[in-house]
Amino acid sequence: MKFTLSWLKEHLETDASLSEIADKLTMIGLEVERIEDKAAALAPFTTARVISAEKHPDADRLRVCKVDPGDGKPVQVVCGAPNARAGLIGVFARAGTHIPGTGLDLKVGKIRGQESHGMLVSAREMGISDEHEGIIELPADTPIGKPFAPLMGLDDPMLEIAVTPNRADCLGVRGIARDLAAALVGKLKDERTMPVKGEFPCPVSVKIEDASLCPAFALRLVRGVKNGPSPEWLQRRLRAIGLRPINALVDITNLLTFDRARPLHVFDAAKVKGNLVIRRAKAGEKLLALDGKTYEFDSEMCVIADDNGVESLSGIMGGEASGCSESTIDVLIESALWNPVNIAHTGRKLGINSDARYRFERGVDPAFTVPGLDLATKLVIELCGGKPSEIVLAGAIPEANRVIDFPLHEPHRLAGLELKAGEAKRILTSLGFIVSGNTEVVKVAVPSWRGDVEGKADLVEEIVRIAGVDRVPATPFERGEFARKPVLTALQKRTRAAKRALAGAGLVEAVTWSFISKQQAEAFGGGKPSLALANPIAAELSDMRPSLIPGLALAAQRNADRGYADSALFEVGQIFLGDKPEEQLMAATSLRKGTAKVAGAGRHWSGSAGNVDVFDAKADALETLAASGAPLDKLQIVPGGPAYLHPGRSGTIQLGPKNILAYFGELHPAACEALGVEGPVAVSETILDRIPEPKAKATRAKPPLMLSPFQPVERDFAFIVDREVQATDIVKAAQGADKNLIAAVDVFDLYEGKGIEPGKKSLAIAVTIQPVEKTLTDAEIEAIASKIVAEVTKKTGAVLRG
Amino acid sequence: MTDLKQLEAELMKSIDAAKDEAAVEAVRVSALGKKGSISELLKTLGAMTPEERKQNGPLINGLRDRVSEALNAKKNALKQAALSQQLAADKADVTLPVRENALERGRIHPVSQVIDEVTTIFADMGFSVAEGPDIETDFYNFTALNFPEGHPAREMHDTFFFNPGPDGQRKLLRTHTSPVQIRTMEKVKPPIRVIMPGRTYRCDSDQTHTPMFHQVEGLVIDKGSHLGHLKWILEEFCKAFFEVPSVKMRFRPSFFPFTEPSMEVDIQCDRRGNEVRFGEGSDWMEILGCGMVHPNVLKNCKLDPNEYQGFAWGMGIDRIAMLKYGMPDLRAFFEADVRWLSHYGFRPLDFPTLAGGLSG
Repeated sequence: MKFTLSWLKEHLETDASLSEIADKLTMIGLEVERIEDKAAALAPFTTARVISAEKHPDADRLRVCKVDPGDGKPVQVVCGAPNARAGLIGVFARAGTHIPGTGLDLKVGKIRGQESHGMLVSAREMGISDEHEGIIELPADTPIGKPFAPLMGLDDPMLEIAVTPNRADCLGVRGIARDLAAALVGKLKDERTMPVKGEFPCPVSVKIEDASLCPAFALRLVRGVKNGPSPEWLQRRLRAIGLRPINALVDITNLLTFDRARPLHVFDAAKVKGNLVIRRAKAGEKLLALDGKTYEFDSEMCVIADDNGVESLSGIMGGEASGCSESTIDVLIESALWNPVNIAHTGRKLGINSDARYRFERGVDPAFTVPGLDLATKLVIELCGGKPSEIVLAGAIPEANRVIDFPLHEPHRLAGLELKAGEAKRILTSLGFIVSGNTEVVKVAVPSWRGDVEGKADLVEEIVRIAGVDRVPATPFERGEFARKPVLTALQKRTRAAKRALAGAGLVEAVTWSFISKQQAEAFGGGKPSLALANPIAAELSDMRPSLIPGLALAAQRNADRGYADSALFEVGQIFLGDKPEEQLMAATSLRKGTAKVAGAGRHWSGSAGNVDVFDAKADALETLAASGAPLDKLQIVPGGPAYLHPGRSGTIQLGPKNILAYFGELHPAACEALGVEGPVAVSETILDRIPEPKAKATRAKPPLMLSPFQPVERDFAFIVDREVQATDIVKAAQGADKNLIAAVDVFDLYEGKGIEPGKKSLAIAVTIQPVEKTLTDAEIEAIASKIVAEVTKKTGAVLRG
Repeated sequence: MTDLKQLEAELMKSIDAAKDEAAVEAVRVSALGKKGSISELLKTLGAMTPEERKQNGPLINGLRDRVSEALNAKKNALKQAALSQQLAADKADVTLPVRENALERGRIHPVSQVIDEVTTIFADMGFSVAEGPDIETDFYNFTALNFPEGHPAREMHDTFFFNPGPDGQRKLLRTHTSPVQIRTMEKVKPPIRVIMPGRTYRCDSDQTHTPMFHQVEGLVIDKGSHLGHLKWILEEFCKAFFEVPSVKMRFRPSFFPFTEPSMEVDIQCDRRGNEVRFGEGSDWMEILGCGMVHPNVLKNCKLDPNEYQGFAWGMGIDRIAMLKYGMPDLRAFFEADVRWLSHYGFRPLDFPTLAGGLSG
């Protein structure tokens, strides 16, 4: 919302400075976004008289002028303007002045051998209009040596404020003035709009087909107007806020839009055929609107029609065909109330942002519908003449009858604000509320222009913002009786722990978009219609991600394209298996590319890193699970995983087949190709929600440590076994040989190749035997060893390597 | 007994001259071996008279002890010299680089770090952390928060929508973390003190807007908390978060559908170059929005606004991260450029704590 200082002062009597006004506006909730003060830029331009203007000796089109800048010390100026002549009073800029219209700084110079010490400027050079036919000519009685800007009314600063959606009343200058007056910046000037008496019945009738779209519609004809450019003061006012003056009738409607937040419309009565009907549009009806564009309507939209068809898009924009021009003689002035929701929907669908829509969708003052029409009529008669008809009013102006029971201690209860006696009443009254009653609870009637005020809390806001939020003392907030206890849920703790653990494993945390392309989503088990955005910002950000892997893989590839081929990234974030809250899960995902192995990437003098593989991924998954408190001893690791992983080099970590906690493995070459990512890529994805919560324990004490006084014994075994046999089966078989005494089984060697039959492998284990009750004899140890070999052979078909 | 003195002198000379362990051993054999010079002298003791033995015994034994000692000393000296020589030859180039430890390479994203910082501050004031889904219903994101249907405030949110489901309901991506306020008030009986960090979405993209960003909101509901408490909490938070002894804040009346009164909060700062310094300067920078929870919102959560009251605030996590740590561009947060992450990210063990300082 833009306005000028002098415009504000039409409604507000004040001595406050611009900066005082601006600061106060911001502090009462009308945030000043911009102040434009042309007077400052135009200050060096002063009025001056041309004493003489002789033809330049060496140039036909130039004149050498003597100019009196008002100090009695004439200066010589070379001027090219055709109207430069002796006696002219113009606008003079000395050498050194910045010329806003050209962006240049004036210098003393010689033009064709004649010195020039300044410039007589045109309106275009001043940056105030496009006029460049000649230099500015001022009336002959203009005093010289005076600053030019104030003389021309250009010293009127323009303010632009951000008006929040609830303050429709401040989309008019008078509303802003009322707020400032309440905040004691000045006094709101009295202003009463007197009815303009009609001299004859309005010949056009109005019918409202659907009162929910248009509660009221007031119309009157003014006959015999003389339309033309509006007076200078009106044009200047509109120009100052960035509007283009059109003609007096249209300019009056624009004036009232900004002065009173009351949009109006004027029809050229000669172009309206028959009576007006306010109705829903028929699907497919079209209108060439005043912005020169043709709009097609659907049956939800509301229009004003006559016998010719649609003439105006209600509350948003008028039609070109019935618009007013300089040839308009009879004008129909409309002042109506529209359904804000319908206006908002229509405006959004058609993409029209007009000043009228902006106000109607926020809500105009219903009680000002008819006074607004009278005020417009008065201005039309003043500026264009003519005779007014009576007003026809279709529908009814809704009664303003909101009364709020307001306890006077409410500002203290909600805001902690102590008010002086009578202060609440003064503030509310100055804002137009009517306060009655002398008890603790008063009755407050809400003015018609404050559709946003519904209850006590709204009144508290009014009082607090006008009294000043800075008067509310910061009050220490008691911590209360809460015990110091952890505030995070198990999942929140896991999320944090997983992040720290993965970072501790040398991975770098990324945050990638929650949405990926449909093709990527489908490749990773997603792509459900319920997870596809209806209005994605880009095609590659269209579907909610079913996995964090695509986002990380693409990120790793972008890094590779920048020359960082070996990146190790992770993300802990939400994935979406469906659109219900319980179908959103928290995943912790690692991705290693190239040679970004756990121990480090790339070449090194002490030994270079190989390609990332399934075991790097497995380490990341186990790291995540361990940090997140998963029961490590109960985890089952089974081969294989989702289709996007290498079928032979991937695994699944589960607690039984129904609770899958994590996948790990090398990315399938086809998945790499689908993402446009170069392998090798090793990934792990752990679903943190699925880790069971540990059982609550009464104390934090750890179980007692049981240490054996006897030396453990270690025995190594190498087995030849079929390639397909899993290491875990051999380990389990060995463990099963004596559950009491075997404390650990570790795989320390794996060999396939020369010396080993094809299809077989050699796998060596180290078994730790921990005596419990006594030191074992050699014979006892031998017996256990034999049992281990027998168990492993029985369970896996392995043969002890000779 | 000049013989003994001479013998001692000769033996000591030989020991001294020995160049290696073999030479020392040869001297030992020649002196203390079976047929060694000292051994032979010791044998003579048996044939002596007691008086002679009493006189010569200590002399010969003394000689034996001194020679033995000298032999041992020489042997040790030679061993030390040999070890020193061996070690001197075994020399590593300690300037060769070692591989960087995983803890040196890993990084925590600034968003995670700042969420941890914010959580730490508010946990100390007795707040817990609440969360909610990113995919929301119109009810939780707008209606329950007192956004009337068709109200311009809804439009200002640039909402991402999903296609309508079989029930005709059109879900959306939450445009703010405020739906979690509703979900919390539905579930938890007051008093309520929660913060709600999370991802939020708006279909808007330019230098200062990304379609996805992070917010953290706070909510207090009880029977007496008012605007004065809200001001205090936010001031305490800003001091703790920006790690400055004092801040100056400006509360400007504003509008949010779900609070009444509503305010935007500016913090006084000094902007020089890339840095923003808080607690000094003359610029105002907007950092958050807040207000008293709107009575309609309380009613929508089945709380009586005449009995319960409270306040809420919300701010951009990415934005306060940028202000504190000086990242110039929001978009880089989500580009996963390892150079950016390594530079602006935090080390795995940089846990924010109140005891040790948030940023260490």
